[in-house]
Amino acid sequence: MSEPLVFKRYYVWQLPVRICHWISALSVFLLAISGFLIGYPVIAGSSPESFLMGWVRFIHFVAGYALIISVIARLLWSLNDHCFSGWREYFPFLTGEGRKEMLVMLKYYFFIDRKTPDSVGHNPLAVTAYVGLFLIFFGMFVSGFALYAEHAPGGTMYAMLKPAYMLMSTQIMRQYHHLGMWLIICFIINHIYSVWLIDIKEKGGEITSIFSGYKYTSRVHVFSEGKECDENGCFIKVKK
Amino acid sequence: MSIHKKSEVAETAEHGLETPGFSVGEILKQRGVSRRDFLKFCTVMTAAMSLPASFAPSVAQALDEVKRPTLVWLNFQDCTGDSEALLRAANPTVGEIILDILSVDYHETIMAAAGHQADEALESTITKYKGKYICVVEGSISMKDDGVYGCTSGKTHLEIARRVCGSAAATIAIGTCAAYGGIAAAVPNPTGAVGVKDAVPGATVINLPGCPCNADNLTATIVHYLVFGKIPAMDSKGRPLFAYGKRIHDNCERRPHFDAGQYVEHWGDDAHRKGFCLYKMGCKGPGTFHNCPTQRYNEKTSWPVASGHGCAGCSEPQFWDSMGPMYKRLPNVPGFGIEHTADQIGLGMAVGVASAFAVHGVVTALRRDKKPEETKEG
Repeated sequence: MSEPLVFKRYYVWQLPVRICHWISALSVFLLAISGFLIGYPVIAGSSPESFLMGWVRFIHFVAGYALIISVIARLLWSLNDHCFSGWREYFPFLTGEGRKEMLVMLKYYFFIDRKTPDSVGHNPLAVTAYVGLFLIFFGMFVSGFALYAEHAPGGTMYAMLKPAYMLMSTQIMRQYHHLGMWLIICFIINHIYSVWLIDIKEKGGEITSIFSGYKYTSRVHVFSEGKECDENGCFIKVKK
Repeated sequence: MSIHKKSEVAETAEHGLETPGFSVGEILKQRGVSRRDFLKFCTVMTAAMSLPASFAPSVAQALDEVKRPTLVWLNFQDCTGDSEALLRAANPTVGEIILDILSVDYHETIMAAAGHQADEALESTITKYKGKYICVVEGSISMKDDGVYGCTSGKTHLEIARRVCGSAAATIAIGTCAAYGGIAAAVPNPTGAVGVKDAVPGATVINLPGCPCNADNLTATIVHYLVFGKIPAMDSKGRPLFAYGKRIHDNCERRPHFDAGQYVEHWGDDAHRKGFCLYKMGCKGPGTFHNCPTQRYNEKTSWPVASGHGCAGCSEPQFWDSMGPMYKRLPNVPGFGIEHTADQIGLGMAVGVASAFAVHGVVTALRRDKKPEETKEG
């Protein structure tokens, strides 16, 4: 028997990262359900005073604002110098170390290699998917607020979104808004499956990390974008 | 009553036109339109222009004094539906008064002259009143192959539009075809049809889309021009804000049913008979800007939603391509065969992704991974 594995604890998700994650998750959940009800109102008001659709739309708009605030807050937070939440973490393909890790993940996912991946911060493939998710969010914000702003064509929001109206008719915008929702649903399926898989395979506490902020790894050196990180997620100088 | 100056009479006499340039008020008096009807008309127009009621006397005074503007009406690739909408106005007040106010010097459908006589009438009007007359265009303009697909008296519509609209004080593009190309411009657009502004970019164009355009909006636009001497404030699509500034959905009489969640599910069902919201029947009111709910058609008799049919979105650019199918909320996705909406494709995608990951999960469960010890770094 080889000697027992030593797992070390790392603080990977700071409190603002976790708060943004859960606000976004909750908003997306509410947006998907209320959005579906707006597109296909299976609800039935009993009297003209019931204001059922009114409340569904209200929830959709409030959740939309919550999501955009949460996403902007997360983007601003990525300007800090933390090992696992800084903006560099989102572009693993920019560094040799990141590309190497991406290749390891890809090989594992496509059953080419049986080597278990072991990433401490963001999984390099997952983080690439998050960049895609942020782009979908951007499209959803533009189309969503453009459709919303039509109630006040003289307003500031309408004026700000003028390029969007010039680009396409609102019916086409509506269609992309629906398609965007399905892309996000596809992402969520992928996301939940992947964290589950990685939680089992890496044994690093992947799922609980988004509640507690801590992940565990048996790796001796933890890198993020070619820099070594300490257990609080701060960059430390690599000794060569 | 009306103030009409002798110099005006003299001026018109000089022109030698059949219709002297008396003030509008004077002409209406001659035609037997009572002062009361005229003031009623002015009040209606004030309301149509979204001006406060206190403006009605100013409108009346301005119309009393203004000289009859010369108007030419060009028919291009159209169905003459907008002319019909104007001429078929049931109530004598608005429709007749506007025809009495205007000196319609050229209108292919209603003019007595034909052939070379008609051509001469148009020619003499645009030469005599260069930069002063109002041009109304009905129908789209063919641009493909130098516009040969649409010709009147041997000249292409493009040629006529460039000449007539180019030297008009203002051009009113009446109906969706003239404003944005309309049905003629729908895919595949065989004649390369476009609206007036795209065909003659230099012209001052006021778009009055709608299929047909509401005659009241045309009258109000002309009255606005006569009263204020300038074209009304317009939105980014070149439409007057007084008529196209608000969304149909937001002024709809069935809106409370929308907010309440009361929808028509099938034509003729109980909800339909009760007058519930037509949202699920593909009403395009939530994406269409027009004053139909307030102005209504045919002397305020009715409009589509009032009669139990959803809005077709006829006054929006790319109507027909983007607003179809008429009885569905969302457009079909091209390339996926007919009757496939974004949501059917999206659901298919989600099911596909879920199945792919389920298979991945099963395969992973059956595979033996290398132990972490074997991969340990350091």
